[in-house]
Amino acid sequence: MKKDYSGTINKNTAKPSYFRNCLVAFIVGGTIGVFGQGLSDLYIYLFNMARNDANSLMLVTIILLTALATGFGVFDSFGQFSGAGAFVPITGFANSMTSAALEGRSEGVTLGIGASMFKLAGSVIVFGVVSAYILGAIRFLFFQS
Amino acid sequence: MKKATIQFNNTVYLKGTGTAVGPLEKEGPLGDYFDRDYKDNYCDEKNWEKAEQRLLNDAITISIVNSGLNNEDIDLILAGDLINQNVISNYVMRDFDTPFLGMYGACSTSMQTLLTASLLINSQVFTNIVAATSSHNATAERQFRYPTEYGGQKPKTMTYTVTGAGATVATSKRTSIKISSATIGRVIDSKQKNPNDMGGAMAPAASDTIIRHLNDLNIKPDYYDMIVTGDLSDVGSKVLLDIMKEEGYEIGRLHQDCGKLIYSDKQPVFAGGSGCACCAVVTYGYIKKLLEIDKISKVLVVATGALLNPMMMLQKETIPCIAHAVAFEKEVE
Repeated sequence: MKKDYSGTINKNTAKPSYFRNCLVAFIVGGTIGVFGQGLSDLYIYLFNMARNDANSLMLVTIILLTALATGFGVFDSFGQFSGAGAFVPITGFANSMTSAALEGRSEGVTLGIGASMFKLAGSVIVFGVVSAYILGAIRFLFFQS
Repeated sequence: MKKATIQFNNTVYLKGTGTAVGPLEKEGPLGDYFDRDYKDNYCDEKNWEKAEQRLLNDAITISIVNSGLNNEDIDLILAGDLINQNVISNYVMRDFDTPFLGMYGACSTSMQTLLTASLLINSQVFTNIVAATSSHNATAERQFRYPTEYGGQKPKTMTYTVTGAGATVATSKRTSIKISSATIGRVIDSKQKNPNDMGGAMAPAASDTIIRHLNDLNIKPDYYDMIVTGDLSDVGSKVLLDIMKEEGYEIGRLHQDCGKLIYSDKQPVFAGGSGCACCAVVTYGYIKKLLEIDKISKVLVVATGALLNPMMMLQKETIPCIAHAVAFEKEVE
């Protein structure tokens, strides 16, 4: 009869190093945050911009840098090292779109790149919009000023 | 239960083999044993699917040439791969006039095709049959996991799909290596749901096939000089040895795993190699050489396959696994 060996399998499966992963994610994620803040301040200083405009420009810059790093094939190694540190900031979102776009290239522009670009990022957008809608409704109903 | 081990009484032999690999496999410890290699994963082609086709075409062609045969001498080709509807093999076969059967056994395809080839030769209908399989890191990644440049963190239990293809000619004409027996696997599901740890999930399938093989033939593990598994990698190999010990078989000294042999610890492959090509290129490149130079004289190769697809994983299904075994013996002069 077929036996159940799940115990033996689980015993031999190494647990991820949570402490190391958390520490690296904190440092890398934090560094990306500090870099973004610095960039935003720099734009305000250089171009005499409003904070909101500078923030948008800063996000676009980081997206561009991530897309380039993905295209040159270095972001996946960076992501492997940093885990959530690279995944949670907008770098993760930009990478998921660029990598999917690169992957779709062999199937053509429309049905390849166009169709696969949101393959991973699509659910982020969907649930981003849904949660924004719910929170917006709560704010409208209970905290109108 | 009925026996599922077939003994070929000096009816099936291994002739020439052919292997083609990507750069990472060439850099690995077994690099010198492979017939052809490419500088990058595109293998001089436009996209990865074409690259895998070229690897498979190379492997089949080289195996026929190394056997001293022409394409017309081949009665049948059995081939399979990991890509949906077996397209890599199907498309490669456009270049051959030979009758073809496509086979799918995930990473167990190498031994699935070879054991089927052996059975067909044993039936005395065919003389020369090519058994071939291929896998490509990028084609498998995009189908089973994420885009290749995706930066998500991969766990240590994950395996790395081998880029390559392996083929061999099985024949009824006597050569120095005979295919002595084969055991057909059965599907074993050990309730694992983690597609990032397929080695662990496949280990019970491997142990099941090995134990049935030993019992059917009434032999002890040390009948063989080596018991080689396909792509259990680090995690799966440990699980296999533990299960075998629980069942009363000590095979630690005999066991090798193609997924651990093909890459060095320094290469960025997590728990080791996997994919159809893993077992194929190691068996047809390295293991065959060991037999030829008399380093070993009897070896059991157990190719393991995880029979999943991403849709079933999203539906929270467990991973059914299978293992097929083929025994090779040096022919006594």
